[in-house]
Amino acid sequence: MASNAPAQTFAIDLQPLPTHAFGRRSLTWWGIVAFFLIEGTAFVLAVAAYFFLMGLDRAWPPPPFTPPDLLAGTLFTMVVLLSEIPNTLIKWAAENYELPRVRGLLVLMSAIGLVLVVLRGFEFNSLNVFWHQNAYGSAIWMLLVLHTTHIVTDWVDTLVLTALMFTPHGQEGRRFVDCSENAVYWRFVWLCWLPIYALIYWLPRLVN
Amino acid sequence: MSQPTDSQRTYLRDGPDLTGAALHDKLAGTWGDRPGFWGWAASVDHKSIGRRYLVTAFVFLALGGVLALAMRLQLSGPQKDLIGPDRYNQIFTMHGTTMMFLFAVPVMDAVAIYLLPLMLGTRNLAFPRLNAFSWWMYVAGGSMLWIAFVLNAGPDAGWFSYVPLAGPEFSPGKRVDFWAQMVTFTEVAALAVAVSITATILKARAPGMTLARMPVFAWSMLVVSLMVIFSMPSIALTSAMLMADRMVGTQFFNPYEYGDALLWQHLFWFFGHPEVYIIFLPATGFVSEIVQAFTGRQVFGHTAVVLSLVATGLLAFGLWVHHMFATGLPRMGYAFYTAASMAVAVPSGIQIFCWIATIWTGRPRFGLPMLWVLGFIVTFVAGGLTGVMLASVPLDLQVHDTYFVVAHFHYVLIGGAVFPLLGAVAYWFPKFTGRMLDERWGKVAFWIALPAFHLTFFPMHYLGIMGMPRRVYTYPAGMGWDTLNLISSIGAFLFAGGVLVFVGNALWSLRHGEQAPADPWQAHGLEWATSSPPQPYNFAHLPVVTSATPLWSAERPVAHGLRVEDREVLLTTVLEARPDLREPSPMPTLWPMVAAIATTVMFVCSIFTPWAVVIGSLPVAVALIAWFWPKDRSHQGEPVVD
Repeated sequence: MASNAPAQTFAIDLQPLPTHAFGRRSLTWWGIVAFFLIEGTAFVLAVAAYFFLMGLDRAWPPPPFTPPDLLAGTLFTMVVLLSEIPNTLIKWAAENYELPRVRGLLVLMSAIGLVLVVLRGFEFNSLNVFWHQNAYGSAIWMLLVLHTTHIVTDWVDTLVLTALMFTPHGQEGRRFVDCSENAVYWRFVWLCWLPIYALIYWLPRLVN
Repeated sequence: MSQPTDSQRTYLRDGPDLTGAALHDKLAGTWGDRPGFWGWAASVDHKSIGRRYLVTAFVFLALGGVLALAMRLQLSGPQKDLIGPDRYNQIFTMHGTTMMFLFAVPVMDAVAIYLLPLMLGTRNLAFPRLNAFSWWMYVAGGSMLWIAFVLNAGPDAGWFSYVPLAGPEFSPGKRVDFWAQMVTFTEVAALAVAVSITATILKARAPGMTLARMPVFAWSMLVVSLMVIFSMPSIALTSAMLMADRMVGTQFFNPYEYGDALLWQHLFWFFGHPEVYIIFLPATGFVSEIVQAFTGRQVFGHTAVVLSLVATGLLAFGLWVHHMFATGLPRMGYAFYTAASMAVAVPSGIQIFCWIATIWTGRPRFGLPMLWVLGFIVTFVAGGLTGVMLASVPLDLQVHDTYFVVAHFHYVLIGGAVFPLLGAVAYWFPKFTGRMLDERWGKVAFWIALPAFHLTFFPMHYLGIMGMPRRVYTYPAGMGWDTLNLISSIGAFLFAGGVLVFVGNALWSLRHGEQAPADPWQAHGLEWATSSPPQPYNFAHLPVVTSATPLWSAERPVAHGLRVEDREVLLTTVLEARPDLREPSPMPTLWPMVAAIATTVMFVCSIFTPWAVVIGSLPVAVALIAWFWPKDRSHQGEPVVD
């Protein structure tokens, strides 16, 4: 019972602890990892559905359809891969609390995001099949729509973060953690893209 | 480059100089919610959210229960015409959907949301606004489904909505769309809670609470949250594919255009089977906690119990195809999934033996929570054994889609999850409400409900073996099914009576029950170290843990030095729970509610036009940005760069 409880002793002083940290010490990082797992699982299952449908002993794509045109998707892939350079620079700058560099690079990443969203629009136009024509079309549209959701949400996230870093809030230590974690998320976005690019653009060429 | 420096302000902190009533006044002001509706709506307190989650889940249990009684009334004799076939299809679909999506999963989340921060020794869940958001989404999704049902647009293709029956050709209208969108709501809610719980368990445990010292219930919720994270995307994806097939003409499940109906079953059961363990494993966590408190010793084979939880969680992802034995599989598939389905009995068996050994070697007290545990062990073992039987392909093919399967899963779900849940409500009732649950009426409820349960569901084994199929709205006379069905129906009403006595007792005790002390059971967990019910801030000083049963230790060390005029929590390291960071905890806000309303409008409208997804995402984005945008710099007083 409470009345018989031993007297409390003050064992640990928490005052000297810092109020933010980068990487896996931060709560944000764990939240982001959880969302990696959720979104990553959705991608893996979408890919599994793609292979399930492809494995039904039918032509892929079914005639008379042709595989998607390569130009827009390949350009997108090159830009998204190159974007990792400023992305890594943001992460470094954030972890060194270099506010002017963080601001400049975030503006650059916002612009790159816009380019990618525009290129993505052209990708939809080069699939050579509509989602309603057959299950092959449904599958590749699903992969592209899922990844577009991914890229648009992270682009909007980056725009908001860019605006935030230009306000006095941007001087707070925790906001640099946000910038660092946003860079980690961007890596996940383009890493997810690489297998999807192969499945949409190359596998239909290779199996025929 | 410049390291952020703390401002020159000095902050008021708890410690030897600030304790007792003075500290209480400060912390209650900082962590308390404002009075009135808006204070309630803006709350991010895990106890407030947990309470409303619990009440909501029990409301859905009552609704699902009424549907069960309606079905039992219709089936109490042959060729009854109380309910027609179309209504009956809606009723069994709504019953299964409500019980699985709107009661069983959320109710386990509810208990975890309320208890975990108390058990782990922290002030709130991680990402508390996400947690608040999840409740609004859950209520919106459940309400939408039930409003549709009342308007005769309730889903009617089973809680699993198999295609092609649920596809555009055989289910025109909006009934299945309401089902699919309800899935989206509840899966957003469940994922939000899972993220919040995982982060709390890994990062916000009391100093010294290493993983090895973590309460078994927290272990079960860690496993369950990871299972939610890995399984819910499957139902999210496939229900989106179903809606797309129905609304914009995709061909995922249409065999005439290179699709395949079995794809639905794979993706559904890749979620659906883990779902069963998502419901069952928290219940085993309740059982471990209750057994420890009521035997006065740590659970026997603590490591084995924890490893069993993890093993069940892993095996649960390798079983889904046993729901598809009747679809035709390669020989290797039959053998593999039979073996895997039988293997999952092993970790469950280990847990059962560990609980029996705990009772055997402890000093058991047979209070009300313990009675429910014993009822659970008896009932769940019976249900588990029929599970092993069903894992065998020849037997499964014989009784597939019969009442034998209905008997089996009600034994494991009611016996395996609802009985421990009622035990958990009895056990933690004093903590939730500050009152003791009346023991005598509680035992009356138990002794009505347990035999009535078996009276209801045991005859169904025989009905199934005699060939009575599931999901039929009536049956002809002369099949030899009449008496068993009548017994089952009588049992169902008695069982409902037992549950009503339980609920009536809870409501009576809420007002008239004996005042509960902090630790009425002389239990072991940190949740009993604080008052009943707990203060908004949970603990005046954060507890420091030196054993797996901290309240049975001779010492009661605490940590101090957190700010008391701002919401500040402690983050610790993942494995050892060493103090690492002081982290601001979010203030109450209405934005999660606004975001949930915007999302609800988008989801509901998207049942009628796909453009709602595009247009509706704008208000959602605005609400989310407003939610995340930091509001008040002066309040948190963060370190800044020059």
